Amino acid sequence: MSNFDAVTLAVIESGLIQVCNEMDLAFVRSAFSPVISEALDRSDGIYAATDGALIAQGELGLPVFVGTMQDSTAAVIARAKDVRDGDIYIVNDPYLGGTHLMDVRFVMPYFHGGRLFAWLANTGHWPDIGGMVPGGFSANATEVEQEGLRLPPVKLFKAGVMDEEILAIILSNIRIASQRIGDIKAQAAALKVGARRLDALIARYGAAMVEAAIAELRVRASQQMRACIATIPDGVYRGRAIVDSDGVVDQPLTIAMTITKAGETLSFDMTGTSPPCRGPMNSVIATTRSSIYLAIKHIFPEVPINAGTFEPLRIKDPKGTFLYAEYPRPVSGCAAEVSQRIAEAVFDALAPALPDRLFAAPAGTSGNLALGGNDPSRGRPYVMYVISGGGYGGSAALDGLTNGCSTIGISKTTPIEVFEQRYPVLFDEYALREGSGGAGRTRGGFGVRYKLKVREGAARASMVMDHGRVGPNGALGGAPGAVTTIAIERRSGVYRPLHRSKDQGIELEAGDTITVETPGGGGLGDAFARAPEAVMRDVSRGYYTVEEAARLFGVVLIGAPPAVDHEATRNLRRCQTSPRPHASTASA
Amino acid sequence: MAGTDGAIVGVDIGGTFTDLVMLEPGGRVRLAKVPTTPENRALGVLAALEAGEVSLDGAQSICHGTTATTNAIIERKIAQVGLITTQGFRDVLELGRRTRPEPYGLIGSFEPLIAREHRLEVPERMAADGAVLVPLDEAAVRAAALALKNAGCEALVIHFLHAYRNPAHERRAAEIAQSAWPEAYITMGHEITSEFREYERGVAASVNAAVQPLLDRYVGRLQSALEAKGFKRDLLIMQGNGGSIAAKAVVRRAVNTVMSGPASGVMAAAAIARALRLSRVITYDMGGTSTDVGLIDHGVPAVSTELELEYAMPVHVPMVDVHSIGAGGGSIARVDRAGILRVGPESAGAVPGPIAYGRGGTRPTITDANLVLGRLDPKRLLAITIAPDPASIARTMEQAIGKTLGLDGVGTAAAIVRIANDRMAAAIRLITLARGHDPRDFALIAFGGAGPLHACALARELSIPRVVIPARPGLTNALGCAIADLRHDFVINLNAPLAKLSDADIRRALDEQIAAGRAAIAHDAIATEAIEFRFSADMQFEGQTHILTVALDSNALDSSGLKAAFLAAYRERFTVELEGIGINLVALKTAAIGRRAAPPLLSLAAGERAPSLDGARIETRAVWFEGGFRDTPVYDRTRLPDGSRFTGPAIIQQLDCTSVIEPGAVAVLDALGNLMVEVQP
Repeated sequence: MSNFDAVTLAVIESGLIQVCNEMDLAFVRSAFSPVISEALDRSDGIYAATDGALIAQGELGLPVFVGTMQDSTAAVIARAKDVRDGDIYIVNDPYLGGTHLMDVRFVMPYFHGGRLFAWLANTGHWPDIGGMVPGGFSANATEVEQEGLRLPPVKLFKAGVMDEEILAIILSNIRIASQRIGDIKAQAAALKVGARRLDALIARYGAAMVEAAIAELRVRASQQMRACIATIPDGVYRGRAIVDSDGVVDQPLTIAMTITKAGETLSFDMTGTSPPCRGPMNSVIATTRSSIYLAIKHIFPEVPINAGTFEPLRIKDPKGTFLYAEYPRPVSGCAAEVSQRIAEAVFDALAPALPDRLFAAPAGTSGNLALGGNDPSRGRPYVMYVISGGGYGGSAALDGLTNGCSTIGISKTTPIEVFEQRYPVLFDEYALREGSGGAGRTRGGFGVRYKLKVREGAARASMVMDHGRVGPNGALGGAPGAVTTIAIERRSGVYRPLHRSKDQGIELEAGDTITVETPGGGGLGDAFARAPEAVMRDVSRGYYTVEEAARLFGVVLIGAPPAVDHEATRNLRRCQTSPRPHASTASA
Repeated sequence: MAGTDGAIVGVDIGGTFTDLVMLEPGGRVRLAKVPTTPENRALGVLAALEAGEVSLDGAQSICHGTTATTNAIIERKIAQVGLITTQGFRDVLELGRRTRPEPYGLIGSFEPLIAREHRLEVPERMAADGAVLVPLDEAAVRAAALALKNAGCEALVIHFLHAYRNPAHERRAAEIAQSAWPEAYITMGHEITSEFREYERGVAASVNAAVQPLLDRYVGRLQSALEAKGFKRDLLIMQGNGGSIAAKAVVRRAVNTVMSGPASGVMAAAAIARALRLSRVITYDMGGTSTDVGLIDHGVPAVSTELELEYAMPVHVPMVDVHSIGAGGGSIARVDRAGILRVGPESAGAVPGPIAYGRGGTRPTITDANLVLGRLDPKRLLAITIAPDPASIARTMEQAIGKTLGLDGVGTAAAIVRIANDRMAAAIRLITLARGHDPRDFALIAFGGAGPLHACALARELSIPRVVIPARPGLTNALGCAIADLRHDFVINLNAPLAKLSDADIRRALDEQIAAGRAAIAHDAIATEAIEFRFSADMQFEGQTHILTVALDSNALDSSGLKAAFLAAYRERFTVELEGIGINLVALKTAAIGRRAAPPLLSLAAGERAPSLDGARIETRAVWFEGGFRDTPVYDRTRLPDGSRFTGPAIIQQLDCTSVIEPGAVAVLDALGNLMVEVQP
């Protein structure tokens, strides 16, 4: 540990985070896209002048961007020529340190005293970037050109002035372009807000002191991560996760994760993972890495985020697999879905190593559903996006949270009343999905069941979800959570997506409904060791039936309201062991 | 006991102490500070009245603030509540909006205020435009009400989709439930907020129902206890919006008392700022477990309808906008794995408390650090019987923290104070810089038991030029209760393009709110001098989801006035100009304020004045400031002569508070008893 003044260091650390938080806040409050303003699908950070290494990131940034923005900033640096104060680069190329095309980055050089001091960058998820379907989540694209407009790093602002020609190209290639100009201004203004705050910090402490602190914080974050890793017993740990299909070929994709812990480093090897796929479930390497980073950050949330945090993590490039997508593989599913499976494979591997800290798998699907059509009453076309949550996994002390947000996001769902105000739809139900939490000593949280009806006009539905084939993993003997189910009721009968959780262009008429059931979280530990009183409470709340209490948890309940029959419970638990898996097979 | 005709009394019940301030018409002031009695808080109120030698015969009013409802929600010591809701939607209150407590970490839990078995559904449905899609099943409502009664519920929430647009079903269901179950406390979703978000509106209604029975019983007990003492005049209750309301009217809107604790302090600070003709101040209230900071711009405290009581608990009724962080005297210091010193948010609480309290606390806190630095007098800690030994605390600090950082005990204490100050400074930056305000344009009003210990250092860190330490920093919340005006807030959600609304539409909506405000104040039946209305609007550009609340000039309450106000506010906040995009008027808001007689704030600093500054000196002791210990004069605040002027370092002690004047800062005691401190950056 160096002799850096501990107090000044802490003050500068919080000052740097404050710069990012203020960028986050300004962006979200002034954005037009609800994906940014409500779903918070954006991130802001400060990056090193020479190599784009992460210096600080906003505390409320979307977790999946944690590792990708340093890669995209590095890509900008590698290509940037004649960098001037007031320039802002725009880039969304997935293969240059990106995610999918909808995540558009703005990267701005920050000068101090005439010298390039750092880069400020942010990512915002644009509601449309062109391509074959509105919103960009095409379930069956087979090349990136079908997914939308791809921008290499170009200067959208030159010395503070927006390049109207580049803007015109962008606006000519995306849907609902009229509202994008407000978002573009908001995204750029957020970077300027950050520059103003960074000016103040440097004025207060001096550039040399701030630079020394940045270097020191990187060393310390690395040390802190090493100290966390040291708590894991040395060994080789293996985890798996399954992606339902790529949307084009109905075959499962396997993620095989082998984690080797030796001393103070963790090595990640994905050998055995499925090869690149035809559909859009490929992941670019920046997203694959970022998914591992965010999984580790979920396990050790107390470690601050900068480039040092991830130095003790050694990731072997998974070349030749669908987690190392190269041009022109389609990638729209990587940020929302594949990233979460990668994180689950990490959780699955490490759960036995850190039983007090880990948890069974969370629902882990963003539940993207797009419904588009013409609204006859308003006489205009519409596209509405529904996202949904699911149960989290049980952990050492607590049952899983119900309807948690996706592993890689922090976005809230849109209120039902807002959907019904804006679009010609009606919800028949928005309910806790009973029985969906995986059984365990601590059980999984519950998913959601909603039923959406088209009130007027014809519409088409598309969806990119996952966990339709295999539910979120249980841990340490717990059962997996329930799988995603989708049922479309039309006059002609009930239709289920061919790929369970993914489909595109499903034709609907007024009166037709879509029912979605989202996964529960995995259970942790032996369900027959769960406290009978906790099972009784779950049954009295209607989470499980009396029959499920006996079958899944070995608890015999009698009477109404249900009470534990302790003797029968003891007998049942002695004679049997808990059945598993209970809900892991798809009903579709 | 003295004759006190026309006096007004403010009582604030905090976690540790119950404080009382009584202002008599002649300018005389009575004060008391007694321990809070959590099992029956009314007893603490009576004890405070006794300690302050307050005769209730002539008191005009007693206004009372309490954290009881806030704590009841946070600790889930609430009434059993039932819900009747639209078929298919009983789980809305449990599912929330798909969140988790923290961005990182996938472990957490959430308990809704209404248990699932007490949430029942009935057939009924409104469309978003208010059209009836499914008529209300009245028999189902009756059956549900009886089922919830039999299940032991005490209060009932009736919450239907789109009731903000058409409340007919909620009203009818409430009638049916009331006739089937007359003793129930019934809250309709649309009457608490008219917000069009089913989760947020439902939570606000649930909070109301969950604390209503408790508040009703408590107010009843207090009222009869006071009547038994001969008090028959106005009993008022403090609300989170910074105003008061007649006790008999508060139960219906129990949710309004949530967060009233921090609000009363901000209101007192606003009154002090007005008396000093300071139009822009930052309020800084630091107590035992938390720090609350707020902003007063142009004399008016900011009120927000977007605050969250805790994780997943949005309470979108108008509340004074304070930002709270877990930094108080009891906040614990520790070194994390990276070797970085952290202070708070974990708190030692009242038990075991800081090491200094001698109740078994072993982990260093901010209070302990202030003792080691000589800023607090070990012999004068409130509620402590045995004086602690700073040298021994310093040794503990060195062992627990200093060794890892390479600091001795005193160095550790100084570092703890600096880190704490930095966190509080960040909180102030968030409400100033992050909203486009420059702290240099503000004065810092510091209060609460610990605020004046840190205020000068904070001001220096933030380049705030002036600190105001009121006469009675530790009793500021009680003062806020005493002087709080009556206040009723009205919100109407229009959610329409501004261009499509006529000036007459806007005027009609506001006129309705004005009429409702006059009626509510008349119903309070509390003596007022005048009624005043304040208007604001929630607006956004078409296509946005966030709103910006804009204060309206009462001379420009038309479409063009609203537009101009919004564009100016947007430019200031976001540094972006967006001409040509349509504007949505989301909501119009009116605050009806019943002005109560303003008593003089003179003589809050009553005391036997010393003839000279030296005569007010208690001692000279070694106090640590940047650079080391310095011999520092310690003055008795109540004995400081009027107009005293001195340059720091200095320590000012009084019963309820200790103030630190940093070296070089110049303090002046003004005519109202405030210490005005000019801080050199």
